[in-house]
Amino acid sequence: MSGHMLARAPHLDVDALLADPSIHIIVCTGAGGVGKTTTAAALALRAAESGRNVCVLTIDPAKRLAQAMGLTSLDNTPRQVPGVCAPDGSGSLFAMMLDMKRTFDEVVESHADPERAEQILGNPFYQALSSSFAGTQEYMAMEKLGQLHVRAQDEGTWDLIVVDTPPSRSALDFLDAPARLGSFLDGRFIRILTAPARGAGRGIGRLAMVGFGIFTGVLTKILGAQVLADLGTFVAAIDTTFGGFRERADATYALLKDSGTSFVVVAAPERDALREAAYFVERLRTDDMPLAGLVLNRMQQVDDPELTVEQAASGAQVLGELADSAPDDGGRRELTAALLELHAQRLQVADRQLHLADRFAAAHPGVAVARVTALPGDVHDLDGLRTVGALIAR
Amino acid sequence: MTEQRWPEATLHVVSGKGGTGKTTVAAALALALARNGRRTLLIEVEGRQGIAQLFDTPPLPYEERKIAVAPEGGEVWALAIDPQEALLDYLETFYNLKRAGSALRKMGAVDFATTIAPGLRDVLLTGKAVEVVRRTAKGAADAYDAVILDAPPTGRITKFLNVNAEVSGLARVGPIRNHADLVMGVIASPATVVHLVTLLEEMPVQETIDGVTELGAAGLPLGGIVVNMTRPPLLTADQLRDAAAGTLPRDAIARSLQECGLGAHEDVVVPALLREAADHAQRVALEDRERERIATLALPTLTLPLLSSGIDLGGLYELAGIMHAEGVG
Repeated sequence: MSGHMLARAPHLDVDALLADPSIHIIVCTGAGGVGKTTTAAALALRAAESGRNVCVLTIDPAKRLAQAMGLTSLDNTPRQVPGVCAPDGSGSLFAMMLDMKRTFDEVVESHADPERAEQILGNPFYQALSSSFAGTQEYMAMEKLGQLHVRAQDEGTWDLIVVDTPPSRSALDFLDAPARLGSFLDGRFIRILTAPARGAGRGIGRLAMVGFGIFTGVLTKILGAQVLADLGTFVAAIDTTFGGFRERADATYALLKDSGTSFVVVAAPERDALREAAYFVERLRTDDMPLAGLVLNRMQQVDDPELTVEQAASGAQVLGELADSAPDDGGRRELTAALLELHAQRLQVADRQLHLADRFAAAHPGVAVARVTALPGDVHDLDGLRTVGALIAR
Repeated sequence: MTEQRWPEATLHVVSGKGGTGKTTVAAALALALARNGRRTLLIEVEGRQGIAQLFDTPPLPYEERKIAVAPEGGEVWALAIDPQEALLDYLETFYNLKRAGSALRKMGAVDFATTIAPGLRDVLLTGKAVEVVRRTAKGAADAYDAVILDAPPTGRITKFLNVNAEVSGLARVGPIRNHADLVMGVIASPATVVHLVTLLEEMPVQETIDGVTELGAAGLPLGGIVVNMTRPPLLTADQLRDAAAGTLPRDAIARSLQECGLGAHEDVVVPALLREAADHAQRVALEDRERERIATLALPTLTLPLLSSGIDLGGLYELAGIMHAEGVG
């Protein structure tokens, strides 16, 4: 039986984390398909029912989970989940689902006069950037988190924000995409493109202008003049209205490094998911970001680990042979053999999961871990979320 | 002999929700289709190097490389398509602009174009895959019998493949438009099939159903549904019903345990086995419900088992063998 390194890993005390008044932001991150959204929602609900005023920002919840939290209207603003509070009446839960394009549109509208905003919103390059650019969802999740944080501080509506992260190609995208988008929109190339508008030559080398000439030449050849005109409008608009994308990204990044923020890395006991989790844990350490620990979802539960795989398998075999040679009353031997095989299978799955988790624990010995037993079904309602919350906190 | 599936197809697009094992399925499919001396190409487009990890090879470059030998002497090749490299490739192939291309890359223009120009990134990725597929039609020496694309997840697959609609905001006329038309000509033809990988769980099945609807609405050719990581039922339907209801015969089970030498601690063992059986019954019931939902799609369905040893190279061959027995390759 493996699992001794995992057994040595510190226990992630989720209730202590949720009760810590100095923690204002909890970020749930990890690979796709590991139960991030459910974990974020369960933590938020548990915090609210222990008396905190919580806002949970989800990215792409399953339809029924969204309905369970009252997320039926897509107005990109947090709505209170009715009937959620602590036994003493304190605490509350607000929930919202990120509308990426709308968040981006609002950034534009708040930074540009109406006429200019309309021009930008109608631009095909802007539409692509705001709806399908690979990093926009991450960037907008960060932007929304920043907005919610400001609102929490100004109005005192919430004292804890729980964020679910987008289902990125890689969990690290959440940290990298905003800076990438920021530097991209604020970068050298945009400066070159906007140079004519600022007066040629100022701060831009002749070489760069030659490069720009090549670029426009190629683009005209491939795309045609209309596209170039659209690009020009877009770039000029970005330059005049945003003027500090990187600054914005930096501010949110700083918020993530704040001691009031805590990261919960979510994984399932599978190779790819744990690899993602390992990347993330290492990255948080490098960047000096506060890691609360790892939530290891979907762990196979074994009700009697004392009965080993070998015992169960040989017992099943003996019963199978007995059943073949002497028919019994109502197939009880076959039934018992099947139950023993089922037990052996569960043990094998559990052992493989432990082995994978153990390798993670061996490589990251200081990381606190909460093991969460697999539930037979999906979670669709607040009661289901309460069950998950209790399992995480166990 | 099972009827051969998708004999016309030369481009197999494999998508699925995250965590359903679409890269594994794509790799096993590439092995299955390469049987009997055929040659297949497995393509990835998301920069994850998932193929290299699966086949335990060094990271793949933007270059076709042989990575495995299939049963009966076939070959599996692999290619990781990077949008920036694909743009330079495109500029070179169509405009003989290789040198300008590298200058543009230094300026960040290539990054810019592949990142922000609407649909350009996807048309470059699918365009490269289609270029390989078209070699077969032309009878080129470096042609493949089948190309298998490990595509973006179900939530993005329709948009990814529907390049015509995607570039419409960018180019109504001109070379990119023509290129998109050419790509679409292959993707929307009988040469292409799109397979969706799912698990017998609610969310992946829901995404699969939504994906089928979207792909159908966009006129894209559906292949099959691959139900991955399934476990064979160990209990009969009657036993499952009793397990769920908590009415399995305790005493009979205890007696059987004694017969096979596991009678000690039966006060602990029997309740544990019963709880596990109840949990199993609940899971099987949920899986049956999801299987029924998949059946309503009325698409060819391929069922693959959960490999107890996990996925390694041997596991890929095992899955490829199962696919072959089901008429693939």
